[in-house]
Amino acid sequence: MDLFWQVAAWQQNKDDDRCRPASKPATARAYRSQIGAGHGRLLAALGIALVGLLIVLPTFASRNAIQDLIFIFYMLALAQYWNLLAGYAGLVSVGQQAFVGLGAYLLFALTIFADMDPILAILLAGAFAGLCAVPTAFVVFRLRGAYFAIGTWVVAEVYRLVLAQFKSLGGGTGTSLPPSVTNSVVGIEWVKTVFDVRTPAARDIVTYWIALALVSGTVFAVYWILRSRRGLALAAIRDSEAAAESVGVDNFRTKFWVYVFAAVGTGMIGALIYLQKARISPDAAFSVLDWTAYVIFIVVIGGIGTIEGPIIGVIVFYLMQTYLSSYGTWYLILLGALAIVIMLFAPKGIWGYVSERWGLVLFPVRRKLNVTEEAK
Amino acid sequence: MRLLETRALKSFYGDFQALYGIDTFLDQSETVAIIGANGAGKSTYLKSIAGLIRNEPDSVVFDGSPIGAMSAASVMKLGIALVPEGRRLFPSLSVEENLLIGRYGRQASGPWSLEEIYRLFPILRERRNAASTTLSGGQQQMAAIGRALISNPRVLLCDEISLGLAPIVIRDIYAALPRIKEAGTSLIIVEQDIVQALQVADRVYCFQEGRLSLSGRPDELSRDQIHNAYFGS
Amino acid sequence: MAEWINTIIQGILLGGLYALFAAGLSLIFGIMRLVNLAHGDLIVLAAFAILAIAAWLGLDPFLATLFAIPVMFAVGFGLQHVLLNRTLGRDLLPPLLVTFGLSIIIQNGLMEAFSADSQLLRSGEIGTASISLGGGVAFGVLPLITFLSAIAVIMALNLLFYRTELGRAFRATSDDLEIAQVMGIDHKRIFAMAMGIAMIVVTIAALYLGMRANFDPTIGPARLIYAFEAVIIGGLGSLWGTLIGGMIIGLAQTIGAAVNPEWQILAGHVAFLIVLVLRPRGLFPRAFD
Repeated sequence: MDLFWQVAAWQQNKDDDRCRPASKPATARAYRSQIGAGHGRLLAALGIALVGLLIVLPTFASRNAIQDLIFIFYMLALAQYWNLLAGYAGLVSVGQQAFVGLGAYLLFALTIFADMDPILAILLAGAFAGLCAVPTAFVVFRLRGAYFAIGTWVVAEVYRLVLAQFKSLGGGTGTSLPPSVTNSVVGIEWVKTVFDVRTPAARDIVTYWIALALVSGTVFAVYWILRSRRGLALAAIRDSEAAAESVGVDNFRTKFWVYVFAAVGTGMIGALIYLQKARISPDAAFSVLDWTAYVIFIVVIGGIGTIEGPIIGVIVFYLMQTYLSSYGTWYLILLGALAIVIMLFAPKGIWGYVSERWGLVLFPVRRKLNVTEEAK
Repeated sequence: MRLLETRALKSFYGDFQALYGIDTFLDQSETVAIIGANGAGKSTYLKSIAGLIRNEPDSVVFDGSPIGAMSAASVMKLGIALVPEGRRLFPSLSVEENLLIGRYGRQASGPWSLEEIYRLFPILRERRNAASTTLSGGQQQMAAIGRALISNPRVLLCDEISLGLAPIVIRDIYAALPRIKEAGTSLIIVEQDIVQALQVADRVYCFQEGRLSLSGRPDELSRDQIHNAYFGS
Repeated sequence: MAEWINTIIQGILLGGLYALFAAGLSLIFGIMRLVNLAHGDLIVLAAFAILAIAAWLGLDPFLATLFAIPVMFAVGFGLQHVLLNRTLGRDLLPPLLVTFGLSIIIQNGLMEAFSADSQLLRSGEIGTASISLGGGVAFGVLPLITFLSAIAVIMALNLLFYRTELGRAFRATSDDLEIAQVMGIDHKRIFAMAMGIAMIVVTIAALYLGMRANFDPTIGPARLIYAFEAVIIGGLGSLWGTLIGGMIIGLAQTIGAAVNPEWQILAGHVAFLIVLVLRPRGLFPRAFD
């Protein structure tokens, strides 16, 4: 017992010694949080140039190329939203097709029954999808992890089954957009005269510009969010929800708004997709394969958790779709196998590998802490 | 030949180095105590021996064989049993089931059967069918020790068995150790309670910030030596 | 009146089938916290296995199932050992995406091997026989057997969990993976065993699925959803709860169908969502998770 008390006393003396500050020259440390790499201006300029090129592209590109690009644009946009949810907010949704379908059906309803201009209908479709996302979130946020994923799938199924009840929109077999709607999009007449093309081609060009606007807006919006404080909160939530809460992040609010935001974007994309297809059915508009499986594949293969990843992914996917989809079931088996292999051996995807190997960043969103010693 | 040796054991948690080359040994039927302040690396040392942290094969040698890189399940089968820090009984299992699970990996013959463990810790027999979560801290510690003993290990590793317990309970638990020693088990005890550790050990090692700062027999070491080794000078 | 009683009985008995779907899922999640998105497709795979064995050996479905069970056990064991064990860890994305990829592979693989045609397991007399309680109240023999099988399977699983050494190891691994290893439990083998056992349950479920109605390679995801709904309603970790959950889904579906045939599936989903909103942890959740 004697030894015990002596040890306790020594411990106290030792702590006293440690409490006296050592003498050091007076300096202050400055901490600054910095986003972005040095070549930000150059990249921004290149980005603007690229978008400019894409805008004038219809002047020299073939109709097939334009249609392919429409596909690439809307798949890329869907992928960016899914990536924002899963790669940043930790919300792995297997039910985003719900918002594709909801947006698409609202577009059909508004243009057919309310004679609305399709572009306005696209915007309202987004708003409608966002509105539906509110009660959806309250329900599915009760679940976590993989159960959350299946929950979103169930909700998508519910939307699909409900919309299949609307006989006015074709019920289970679906319906088409009449030419009066598809040809009434703003700008088609102007394109016909300026580009000297017939109506179907003009339709494609206008749809192309809408798609370009949507995908550019999406990439810009996602980039802006990730650079903001909300983006930092998202990264914190993704890494550890408990830790994020402990530093004051409101997990529920942050996740909720990201979910609604993604729904709005996805709804607009869905409206655009089906404006172009001009024919809708519940099974198609709410297809898990087209609007979730392929999207997940794009994000995973390109690189989850990065803005650049889905861009790479959609290009790879487009190439595979073009050259391999004729193989039907074998193509899908290949996609599934590739997803598995990537998840196991290269979970950061193509861009993740490239980025780590060569330190490349096109959309800088990570923050670095700069510590400078300044003498007082 | 030593029963158990660590040779230049360097352990890492990811990039963080916790041990900087620890050389220790344990002979048959010995009881060795490891003392040191919080964060000195004592638990890391035990986890490395138990296989929860993997190291170079030669850094831990048991009965002449290198086991440093083996998994926890494999190490356990060789006869090294761990009483983990914080007890960590299985909440879904009853008291008796917790004891029995201890010999899932190794059914060796020896002095420790379920009956013998109930004789060592009679309170456990009374609560044998209770959920393990309903036991008090001291009772849980007894169950954790029993769980490790039931596999008749050759080496018993005890990680901070006095942690969070009242002094009178600690006394009861330490009262059981001599019987465990008598039955032939060699012990490595990690302890913050220096008094208890020095009373029960044949030899003592002191850790300080991942390094060995002292080793010797309790009666050979002076208070100053222990103080300096514990806190650093 | 008799109509409504029949509807209710049908719903309850249908719950047995859904409980069989769900039991395997619940088992796997309970032990290794893995949600297998390919679960429904594995049920369909088992159904095709029974079909193939029945055709190849000229057996009736029940006997064919006895042969299919060891095959599916091996499939589950192998799948876990080779593939799924690699996905376990703290990150939730790998198991989700790998099983999702697996789901696509199984569906399309089955389509390649068997074509997209609808199939049926011949149930003979049992399939059409019914028991009459008088007054117009009657129910099918097959649904009754299905329900009784579900009860038998759940009792067997509970026996396994609470009365055997393996079951103890399952529970310990589920509680604390690290310390289970310290007890000498090789968690990789334990997980593979668990998946194998889950596949046995899946095969039994497949037998009744295939005899009850047509099946084709694409119906897997819907079965996954019913299984998942039953598990959530019942509460994670409770097998009897899963049976109750299955019965609730079954009842909702049959009552919905009685009101309007088009509402059958929707009614089940709505019942699930209502329970989810009112009781997020399910009706009989386990104390600790």
